[in-house]
Amino acid sequence: MTTLTLAKALNEGMRKAMEDDPKVLVMGEDVGKLGGVFRVTDGLQKDFGEERVIDTPLAESGIVGTAIGLALRGYRPVCEIQFDGFVFPAADQIITQLAKMPLRSLGALKLPVVVRIPCGGGIGAVEHHSESPEAYFTHTAGLRVVACSNPADAYAMIQQAIRCDDPVIFFEPKRRYWEKAEVDTAAAEEWFPLDRARVVRPGTDVTLLAYGPMVKTCLEAAAAAEEDGRSLEIVDLRSLNPLDTAAIAESVRRTGRCVVVHEAPVFGGFGAELAARITEECFYSLEAPVLRVGGPSTPYPPSRLEEHYLPDLDRVLDAVDRAFTF
Amino acid sequence: MTADASRGAQAPPELVQLLTPEGERVEHPDYDIDLTPEEIRALYRDLVLVRRVDLEAVALQRQGELGIWASLLGQEAAQIGSGRALTDADMAFPTYREHGVAWCRGVDPVNLLGLFRGVNHGGWDPAEHNFHLYTIVIGSQTLHAVGYAMGIQRDGAVGENGAATIVYFGDGATSQGDVNESFIWASVFNAPVVFFCQNNQWAISEPLEKQSRIPLYRRASGFGFPGVRVDGNDVFACLAVTRKALTDARSGQGPVLIEAFTYRMGAHTTSDDPTRYRVQDELEAWKLKDPIERVRAYLFKNQLADQAFFDEVDAEADELGRDVRKRCLEMPDPEPLAIFDHVYTEPHRLMDEERAAFASYLSGFETEEGGR
Repeated sequence: MTTLTLAKALNEGMRKAMEDDPKVLVMGEDVGKLGGVFRVTDGLQKDFGEERVIDTPLAESGIVGTAIGLALRGYRPVCEIQFDGFVFPAADQIITQLAKMPLRSLGALKLPVVVRIPCGGGIGAVEHHSESPEAYFTHTAGLRVVACSNPADAYAMIQQAIRCDDPVIFFEPKRRYWEKAEVDTAAAEEWFPLDRARVVRPGTDVTLLAYGPMVKTCLEAAAAAEEDGRSLEIVDLRSLNPLDTAAIAESVRRTGRCVVVHEAPVFGGFGAELAARITEECFYSLEAPVLRVGGPSTPYPPSRLEEHYLPDLDRVLDAVDRAFTF
Repeated sequence: MTADASRGAQAPPELVQLLTPEGERVEHPDYDIDLTPEEIRALYRDLVLVRRVDLEAVALQRQGELGIWASLLGQEAAQIGSGRALTDADMAFPTYREHGVAWCRGVDPVNLLGLFRGVNHGGWDPAEHNFHLYTIVIGSQTLHAVGYAMGIQRDGAVGENGAATIVYFGDGATSQGDVNESFIWASVFNAPVVFFCQNNQWAISEPLEKQSRIPLYRRASGFGFPGVRVDGNDVFACLAVTRKALTDARSGQGPVLIEAFTYRMGAHTTSDDPTRYRVQDELEAWKLKDPIERVRAYLFKNQLADQAFFDEVDAEADELGRDVRKRCLEMPDPEPLAIFDHVYTEPHRLMDEERAAFASYLSGFETEEGGR
């Protein structure tokens, strides 16, 4: 066991993947000498060289498009999109090419490409640096979409994503990059499956569903609720596509109440899919409708307002309270 | 409005040409080609056969057997010339109109039809022929080709006996961001890639001057690599220029942009009506520069082929057309549950659930009908 920040855990995970498989490449803007603007790729170019850790021209479509070509030649590229709001120039390559090419080839081609996207707000950034675009990608068949919430998962999940033969959109909670935790870097073969949700805090009264940066917020809310005598169960979804519906339903059937928490706007957000599925799967167990906590249905606000935009402990607990009013 | 002097009946001076529309061999200071009579006859055969396949596909669409078809009529020389310049180790990335290149790569023409008939989105294994799937989004494949070329570099496959990629796109595609990004990537990484732009003068209804104020091959200089304009209706010149570019790319000299100056003699696709936006005179002028007629004239004039040869090729073409038609009609519709196949490479819970649910739904119909 070793103590790592989430950023360092990703770094160590990528390093391990590159050591294990010479076909693994890292590519993106400033990922080489600088080690990425968040230092997630720090030191990789020094140790693996410019051929494997590629500082690319400043164009996101080019990053993903050439990564596809490299994958067609047998490589396993890990692309860094510098910030969530900059993924959109690459959206065409991701949606029309990366997601659909294996199907187009009737299974002859596989595209093991990972697209890493630092996501979410809370770091006082300017516009386009704090977004949560996951629903665009969960709505695109052919992609796997995962989100890590803590250093231990970050270390394992990035390696699992790189080993996966499908394209993976990998969301990293940027404001949690500096959170530290114990990481078991030796337990490679005992990893929790990449496509499974995990109960990170058991409880009996309400199920909170979260992923990425909101898992920590929910854990804090659960600690506060416990003082009021309420027992919240936190399920870290980890994989948004495919979704671990069975694990979610198992929890909600026990608790009878469910609150979904994400930073993205509620309207048309991933929480809508969760609410719909839970209603179908757990209808007779529900004591209240599935409630959603998320950003307002507005663009991400200027940073001086982001504390009002982002779900926090109080808004989560407010929703928990409402879940008991039905 | 900007008038573009490069478009029209007059061949611009910078055009590389080795065989005139009248079938006369001409010299070019930078490019030459030494072809045996047998090789020239083989090129002629390629040109005729791919035109025949194309003609058959248009007919199949008119008869409702294909949903749509993108004809290569007029672009045979550009495609056969460049396609025959490739070695087995080279990798080609086509648009959706590269039926001639597909022919050169050994892809069964019937496999091209699946996409247009609507039975699949692409019916061949790209690795089997080193010919990638047709790409419909304009210009996307240029980046794939450059990435693939970067892979060739990382495999140490540049240099003697090296490999390269060639990527096809049209004049309209040069306005796409992806194409420009691919130029930048190829240049910065010195990737072994040949950009083969078939300037067929029309992006559906938009003439070249809606895309560019300068001849397209001159774009390359701004990105830092050579550009050359070749007579796209001259199969000798297309072969010579592409061979040279591929040789340079394979040996580590980096990318080249080839602008094959040609003409889309047919509609953009079978859904298009070119009479709405271009005049008949333009087509008539280009008909005089037909890519097949000039090779025929050259063979005939130089007594490299007799009438029996031409008849033989025509008969082979008719037989090929019949065969393509027959096997197109035999192409089965996919089973409904095929919708869920190959969406993911690894097992995926949602696909399994939805496939099972849909199968169950469909089986309900079978039961009802069986019960009647």
